[in-house]
Amino acid sequence: MTQPAPAITPEIVAEHGLSPEEYDRVLAAIGREPNLVELGIFSVMWSEHCSYKSSRIHLKKLPTEAPWVICGPGENAGVIDIGEGAGGKKLAAIFKMESHNHPSYIEPYQGAATGVGGILRDVFTMGARPVANLNALRFGRPDHPKMKHLISGVVHGIGGYGNCVGVPTVGGEVNFHKAYDGNILVNAMTVGVAEQDKIFYSAASGVGNPIVYVGSKTGRDGIHGATMASADFGEDAEEKRPTVQVGDPFTEKLLIEACLELMASDAIVAIQDMGAAGLTSSSVEMASKGGVGLHLKMDDVPQRETGMTAYEMMLSESQERMLMVLKPGKEEFAKAIFHKWELDFAVIGTVTDTGRMVLEHHGEIVCDIPLAPLADDAPLYDRPHVPTPKQPELTNVPETTDVAADLKTLMGTPDIASRRWIWEQYDSQVGADTLQTGGDAALVRIHGTNRALAMSTDCTPRYCYADPVEGGKQAVAETWRNISAVGATPLAITNCLNFANPQRPEIMGQIVGCLDGMAQACRALDYPIVSGNVSLYNESKATGGGSAILPTPAIGGVGVIEDLNKAVGIGFRRTGDIVLAVGERAGHLGQSVWLREIHGREEGPPPQVNLRCEKRTGDFIRTAINAGWITACHDVSDGGMAVTLAEMALKSNIGVLVSEEQPFGVAESFFGEDQGLYLVTVCDTCLADFLDAAGRADVPVDPVGRTIKDRIVFELEGSDHQVTLAELREAHEGFFPNLMGADAALA
Amino acid sequence: MKTAVIVFPGSNCDRDMAVALEQVTGRAPAMVWHRDTDLPDGTDFIALPGGFSYGDYLRSGAMAARSPILRSVADAAGRGVPVLGVCNGFQVLTEAQLLPGALMRNAGLNFVCRTVPLKVENSQSLFTASYNAGEEINIPVAHHDGNYFADAATLDRIEGEGRVAFRYADSVNGSARDIAGVLNDAGNVLGMMPHPERAIDRAHGGTDGLRLFEAALGVLA
Amino acid sequence: MKVNVYVTLKPGVLDPQGKAIHHALEGLGFGGVADVRAGRFIELDVADDTSDADLDAMCAKLLANTVIENYRIERP
Repeated sequence: MTQPAPAITPEIVAEHGLSPEEYDRVLAAIGREPNLVELGIFSVMWSEHCSYKSSRIHLKKLPTEAPWVICGPGENAGVIDIGEGAGGKKLAAIFKMESHNHPSYIEPYQGAATGVGGILRDVFTMGARPVANLNALRFGRPDHPKMKHLISGVVHGIGGYGNCVGVPTVGGEVNFHKAYDGNILVNAMTVGVAEQDKIFYSAASGVGNPIVYVGSKTGRDGIHGATMASADFGEDAEEKRPTVQVGDPFTEKLLIEACLELMASDAIVAIQDMGAAGLTSSSVEMASKGGVGLHLKMDDVPQRETGMTAYEMMLSESQERMLMVLKPGKEEFAKAIFHKWELDFAVIGTVTDTGRMVLEHHGEIVCDIPLAPLADDAPLYDRPHVPTPKQPELTNVPETTDVAADLKTLMGTPDIASRRWIWEQYDSQVGADTLQTGGDAALVRIHGTNRALAMSTDCTPRYCYADPVEGGKQAVAETWRNISAVGATPLAITNCLNFANPQRPEIMGQIVGCLDGMAQACRALDYPIVSGNVSLYNESKATGGGSAILPTPAIGGVGVIEDLNKAVGIGFRRTGDIVLAVGERAGHLGQSVWLREIHGREEGPPPQVNLRCEKRTGDFIRTAINAGWITACHDVSDGGMAVTLAEMALKSNIGVLVSEEQPFGVAESFFGEDQGLYLVTVCDTCLADFLDAAGRADVPVDPVGRTIKDRIVFELEGSDHQVTLAELREAHEGFFPNLMGADAALA
Repeated sequence: MKTAVIVFPGSNCDRDMAVALEQVTGRAPAMVWHRDTDLPDGTDFIALPGGFSYGDYLRSGAMAARSPILRSVADAAGRGVPVLGVCNGFQVLTEAQLLPGALMRNAGLNFVCRTVPLKVENSQSLFTASYNAGEEINIPVAHHDGNYFADAATLDRIEGEGRVAFRYADSVNGSARDIAGVLNDAGNVLGMMPHPERAIDRAHGGTDGLRLFEAALGVLA
Repeated sequence: MKVNVYVTLKPGVLDPQGKAIHHALEGLGFGGVADVRAGRFIELDVADDTSDADLDAMCAKLLANTVIENYRIERP
């Protein structure tokens, strides 16, 4: 470096997030004291984000294999076989979900926007054209003073980025809970489609091959605040202040097109996007995976600002950048493509056989460390964990006095109200292949075919909090159920594991529990995990609602429907149809939205997921949809059967008369959140076949009622309760506009 | 028919437009890059697709309207070649002054994506001949800057000359007189915010957009 | 030389952003605001001998949309 290297003090080590023990490992790995650049590289690679040091031993328990899995966790994204596309080409779906929680709390617009940008790059890095974005959002109490600003910023950021890059945002979920008051969650998922023989991986190889930097220039974006504050750099501190990462979706769009154009040739050996701690993690991962060394010339890195140090360049989180290894002699060819798209292109180094990472800046070697220890000697912790105590069974649950009135209330509550205000701000149609948004799963046609991808993101954090194992099972099962409910075959999942501080045994217990539940569900449903992300330390003292977030293992599922004309939606088709409940029922009210919203009680164990029943029922539903028997289908979730019925009714403005005797009490029957349960309508001529098949599959079917015009009527013993669809719609549609108001657009 | 789709950096409905044109004509359109100066010989239909050309960083469509290819598009329009600008393409056409008015930020300030009913105002143009006057059709919109503005005299004039092709049946974005699509005085240039290319097959939930392409591309039975 | 260009909406053109800012200011308790108009400020670093006519052309041809916007050039 041009300035004299600062001595590495214990303070500097601490500011880099390394414990004294971890620093000792650094010393052992390189056999001497590191300089600041080297320390920075170790701190990034051994951070929780890159090393998964607290979660790795538990993540290993997750099932990741199936015959249709082409590439599981470890690459930029997971890859599965989705059969043939136009012209008989074998296609793959490439997908992943990732968190951008902390940046979104600090600057919601840019935090969410760059979250979308980052996950898009993870997917097109591997050769896929992104075809769908989804997002799983958790906010605090709607009336929290900061929340409107956060909601508005996040939604505008997701829309601003996704709309501009031209990838449809087709699905997602939003929850509100006070536990997120000081730490919202923004999890973004991208699904892309690639030809199977054009999938690109990140392992660098070929000694002497050029290492190429493309995309935007590097600035001082997002360099870790605490590190920067150590101010051993000279010059004035203000100029070096870390800045919020700003997304540039226009550049991302150009980067997508340029990369895909280059990928159509055979010029690329390996490619990796620059995500968190961009140049460090991308270069180290590419070299480590390929078992090679690299030599980078920092002077050749395209720079947006003057006087940048090697340390800053290695730790910068500037967006819209990629690192590639090209085949020798392909530089000019590749450069012409990137220049056509008006993007920076620079050869910044070469692949070596030294196994070392060597950085050169201003004619000096500023870093020379062995690569192997960065991965092999990374800390691995089996942190102490205590299981979450079981919740006591519910007692003294009151019966509902007016099921229709309770339903109307629930329809306007934050977790159930219409999300129209959000999704109308996302371009869900660009690509002209979007078949369904909303409903149980989003459907996007595989371009040029009669087949479609079905996608859903799910997690019920209150279940995970009450019982991590059941909650983990439920999150996986619900995506599987939602994909089945449109008629598609669920194939694999990605996940974004959001938890609080893993150094607290009770939090580590939540992590271990959720992963255990997820693994059980994945195994039982033949539904492997192919990619994922872990976000820990999601807690804030400033919440006023408890410092840790609810455990939130968000799951994103992907499936395929072979004939898109067979897919069904949630809306009732016509009046006079019989409505049936399909699946095992339990009338389970513990942790239900009804109990929380009507009675203010967040109590009881969450509903159990019986994975054998889940599989049996879902397989039957899918078969029945593809046989053409089912005309509408919706799974039961938040708010129970009553809310499910209301959503089916509002979708098509056709009501329902509930006239059949139910197996449990009124509240239990209509507001219980039983798992693996679906409501369907079946065409008249198919009813016999349907019931016969259900019997053979050992799947229980209960009659519920019949579709009617314009209202929902509960004809129960002793009393009738009813509510018009107009009233329900008003309650359902009102929440977000009322909350956000006109001036929300400014935030 | 030889069709062309102009591709700007940041265009993102170019492929969708190409799919629509190929579906109707049976022949893939030429994809013409913004830096090109000439259209392919014999081009007899030009489409400016939706998207965020140049990021729309100055004003929507402003920089695309000054790109090299736009001179050729203007020349072709002057010769009577049909030009269809959808969404960002409409914004480009107004910025290039091939159509009157301007498209401003939506009155509600938010991006809006939904399928909206449109009233066909002029069923005599080459783009709208397959519709009946006054017919209501459903076409998706997806835009942030779709709020059509022109001064009162211009609005009176284009209304008087039958140059309002479509109106929103319900207010969507605050557009003056609910104008959704405008023709030039010769009738061969149409700009519209709604996306007809997103309503061309049953899987889209409607095919009202298909009829526009069928009429404009002269394949109507 | 640094040249400042101010682009503003013409009087009479509805300005939803300005309106929303106005509304937000009122919401923050600033009652004495009669009107808000939002515009764009562009800083050009141009050669010292750039003529007024060239600057004017830059504004008229690209920086402002004269259908809806006015512009003002401020030279040092």
